[in-house]
Amino acid sequence: MSTRRDFIKISALGTAGVAVAGSALSLFDRSGLFAADDSTQASLKAVKRYPTYCEVCFWKCAGWTYTDAEGRIQKIIGNEDDPLCNGRLCPRGTGGIGMYYDPDRLKTPLIRVTRNGKQQFAEATWGEALDLVASRMKEIAEKYGPESMALFNHGSPGSHLGHMLKAFGSSNITAPSYAQCRGPREVGFVATFGAAVGSPEPTDIRNTKCLVLIGSHIGENMHNGQVQEMSDAIDNGAAIITVDPRFSTAASKSKYWLPIKPATDMALLLAWIHVLVYDDLYDKDYIRQYAFGFDQLKEHVKNMTPEWAYGITTIKPDVIRKTAWEMAKASPAVIVHPGRHVTWYGDDTQRSRAIAILNALLGSWGRRGGFYYKESASVPKYPYPPYPKPKWNWKDMMKDKYKFAALSVSNDFVEASTASYQGDHKIHGWLVAGTNLPLTMPGMPALKEAFDSLDFIAVVDTMPMEITGYADVILPECTYLERYDDLRKSPSREPTIALRMPAAKPKYDSKPAWWIAKKLGERLGLGEYFNYEDYSEVLDWQLKKIGTSLEEMQKKGVMNLERKYGPLYLAKGEDVKFNTNTGKIELYATDFAAEGFDPIPVYTKHEEPEKGYYRLIYGRTPPHTFSRTANNPNLTDLQKENHLWVNPKVAKLWDLRPGDKVWLKNQDDVVSEFPIKVRVTERIRWDSIYMVHGFGHSDKKLSRAYGKGASDSHLITNIKIDPLMGGTGMRSNFVTFLKEDPGKEVRS
Amino acid sequence: MRYAMAIDTKKCVGCSDCVVACQTENNVPIGYCRDWITETVDGSYPNVELELRSERCNHCDNAPCVRCCPTGASHVVEGGIVLVTPEECIGCGACIQSCPYDARYSHPEGYVDKCTFCDHLVKRGQEPACVAVCPTKCMYFGDLDDPDSDVSVSLKNRKFKALAPEAGTEPQIFYLM
Repeated sequence: MSTRRDFIKISALGTAGVAVAGSALSLFDRSGLFAADDSTQASLKAVKRYPTYCEVCFWKCAGWTYTDAEGRIQKIIGNEDDPLCNGRLCPRGTGGIGMYYDPDRLKTPLIRVTRNGKQQFAEATWGEALDLVASRMKEIAEKYGPESMALFNHGSPGSHLGHMLKAFGSSNITAPSYAQCRGPREVGFVATFGAAVGSPEPTDIRNTKCLVLIGSHIGENMHNGQVQEMSDAIDNGAAIITVDPRFSTAASKSKYWLPIKPATDMALLLAWIHVLVYDDLYDKDYIRQYAFGFDQLKEHVKNMTPEWAYGITTIKPDVIRKTAWEMAKASPAVIVHPGRHVTWYGDDTQRSRAIAILNALLGSWGRRGGFYYKESASVPKYPYPPYPKPKWNWKDMMKDKYKFAALSVSNDFVEASTASYQGDHKIHGWLVAGTNLPLTMPGMPALKEAFDSLDFIAVVDTMPMEITGYADVILPECTYLERYDDLRKSPSREPTIALRMPAAKPKYDSKPAWWIAKKLGERLGLGEYFNYEDYSEVLDWQLKKIGTSLEEMQKKGVMNLERKYGPLYLAKGEDVKFNTNTGKIELYATDFAAEGFDPIPVYTKHEEPEKGYYRLIYGRTPPHTFSRTANNPNLTDLQKENHLWVNPKVAKLWDLRPGDKVWLKNQDDVVSEFPIKVRVTERIRWDSIYMVHGFGHSDKKLSRAYGKGASDSHLITNIKIDPLMGGTGMRSNFVTFLKEDPGKEVRS
Repeated sequence: MRYAMAIDTKKCVGCSDCVVACQTENNVPIGYCRDWITETVDGSYPNVELELRSERCNHCDNAPCVRCCPTGASHVVEGGIVLVTPEECIGCGACIQSCPYDARYSHPEGYVDKCTFCDHLVKRGQEPACVAVCPTKCMYFGDLDDPDSDVSVSLKNRKFKALAPEAGTEPQIFYLM
C-alpha cells in the first residue's frame, strides 16, 4: 500500500557518521583533562569552562562545560551555586557530552524527495531547507489560515519556534508532557489548593519527617534535586513509605513498603483519609482555618475502612493504619508526593485529588517539611511587536471536550490532523521540535493517519529519531553545549536564573533553534519579531534589566535572587486565601461538582489481566531520559537495553530463564517489534511485568539504540482517557510471552 | 596518611553517576570503566532486601596486584593509593587475575588501567570525581589517619563492612550498612 508519506530510514548517512565516530570518540587522550603531571600549569590554564544548563531532562540543572587546551569539550560538572543541583549533576547530565559527540547526530538539513518512484531524503543547504519550510507554511496559511500550522515541542527549542509560530498567527502549540505525563496532578492540585504543583515540584523533602511515594520511583527517575533531598531525608532519619507493586530502589530505602495490587491505589488513599479523619489524626487547626468540605469528606469516607481497602489492595489493615499514624506523627512535616508521570488508569485527576486531600488533612501545604511556596525570577521580555490574534486556537478545536484541560492535549492535535477529522479546526502542517512522538504518545494508528493526511511536517532535532522518518524537511539543531537559549527561570526556594552558552562551535552543519526560528521568521516576513543578529543580544538586554549582564553571567552561570513574595512557609494561623471558588482548600471540589464530576474522589475498579497475561508496568532508569538518550554513547555504555522483570513464580510457570529473549504480545494482539531479555527477580509482583521506558528503537540510523530491548509505548494500545482533562492512562495494558520469534506478519 | 573511602549503602541509589563521572574525568574509553554498580537482592517477594554498591579498586594494604607485577608498573604511592604506570606496564594481565575485586581492565592502548582515587585531583585538595558528583552524597573520601576526615567520621558512627575480607588483601573501601 502506498502512503503519501513513507517512513524513510537515513541508512546511507549512517556510514559517514561511523568514520567521524572513530575520530570524535578517540579524541580523548588517557591523561585526562588535567594532565597527570600537575606541574604543567600551562595546560591547566588552557582549560576553559562555559556555563550551561542541562537539556538531557526537564530538571535543567546548571553546570559548567569544560574544554581542554585544544578547545574540545571534555566534561560537564554541576554549578555549586545552583539550587537545583548543588554542584552535582546526575549521570545523564554528566554524560551529556555524549549528545555532542554522538556520531549519529543529524548533520545537515534534509529534504524528502521522490527519486525513481521512491521517497528518500536528499541533503540540502540551510537556504534550500528554510525556503521550503517557509513556502509550505505560506501555502498552508493561504489555503487554510496560519492557525492550521501546529507546533509539538519539548524542551528549549520550543520557545524559539513557538515565538515564530505566534508571530505567524498560530497559537496551536502543544507538548506531550501534559496529557501523557503530569497534567492530571496539576488539575487535581488546582482543584484542591488553587495552585498547580509545577516543575520542579516544591516538595520540601530535605526537611521532611515522612515522605510517601505512590508509585513514584525517586532515585530511578533522577529528578536531581529530589534525589539529593531524599538522601538528606534518609540522613535525617525521615520515614519513607513507598507504595509500589515493584520493589523499587526507593522501596528498598523505605521504613514501609506497601506491595500494592496494581490499579488499586485509590482505595488505599481513601482508607488513609478514613483513618486520618476517624482516628482524629488530621491537623484540626489547619483544616478549621483553611479547608472547605470537611463534613462532606468525613461522610464520604465513612465506610472506606482499612478492612474495606484490604480486600481491594491486598495491603493489610494494620499496615494501612500504621502508615497513616506514621504520617500523622510527622505532620505537618510530611509529603504525600504528587508524583510526576501520573497518567495511569484514566481516573488520574481524581487520584491526584485524593493525594492532595491527604496533604491537606496532614496540613503539609505551605509548611516546613511539606510543600513550600516556590518563587521564580521574573525577567522582562525582549521587546517585539504584539502577536497577531489567531482566528481560532486549540481551545476551539477541543471545544468543551475536557472541562479542566489547562493546556492543550497533544492527542487532539493528532486527531485534528487526520483525514477522518470532522471538526472545523483542522491542522494541516506540523513543526515538531525535541519530541519523538512515535515513542512518546500512545496511539500510533492515529499518528500514522495524521502522517498520511498532513500537508507538511518539519522536524527540528539533534538526533534522527522515529519522528524524523516522517518529516518532509529535517532541520538539524545543534546540541545544548553549542548554543545560547533562553535564561532558565525555574521556580525554587529562591528565585534563580541560569545561563546556557556555547562551549564549542556547532558540529557539522547544525544550528541553534533561535537561529532556525529567526531565519524562518525572516522568510515569512516577520523580521520585526527577530530584531537581533545573535541571541546573546537578547540575553544581554534581559540581564541588564535585572541588574547584571551577559558578561557577568558568563563568569557566574547562576544568579540567585532575593525572594519578593513572602516567606517559604505559612506563619502559624496566617490569614491566607486560596485561589479556589471558596477561597479555601477544597476537600470538596466545587468546580468538579458544578461540571458533574465527583467532588470527592471515589474508587473505581480497573481492568485486570486475563489468565496468562500480566500488567505492563514501565518506569525510568537513572542513566536515561525517555527514548531520547538511548543512543548517547556515554549513557548507552551505562545501560544499552531494557530488561523484562519477571517474578520467579511466573518465570517457572513459563520456563523462562535469566537472559532468555522473549517477544511480548498485548491484549490487542500487538506484538513487540524486538525481543527483550528476561530478568528473573523477586523485585516484581507475580501479576505484573516491568520494563524501563524508552528502548526498542526501530530506526537503524540510531546505530547504538536500534533493536535494543523492547518499546513499552508500542504495546500501549488500550488508553484510558481522563474525562476531566484528557490525560491518556497507559497502565491498563496486559502482555503475555512469546518464546519464538513470531515473525513480521503478526507484527502491527 | 591512609586514603580510604566509605560508601553509604542506605543512600546509594545505584544511578551510576560515579561511573560516567570517572569516565569523563579520566578519559576512560567508552566500553570500559574503573568503577561500577553492583546490585544484590535477597529474600523473596514481598520480603525483599536490596543493596546497591558503587565498586572500584580497593587500594588494598596488602595488594596482590602490586606483588605479582613483573615490571613494577603496579605500585603504591603516598596515602596507600595503588597506581599503574602505563609506560612500565607490558599488559601481561597477571594483576587482573590476582585481583579479587575484578577492578582492573586491559586498556585498548595495551596497558592495564584502574581507579586512581583521582590522585591528580586529590593532590590539589579536591575529591575524587565519583565522590564529588554523587547526587546522594553517599561517598566519603579522606585520610583514615585523620580522625576528623569525612571517612573517619562516617566509619566511627556506623556499622560497616568491606568486600571479600577473606581474601586477606586488607581492602580500603568500606560500605556503611
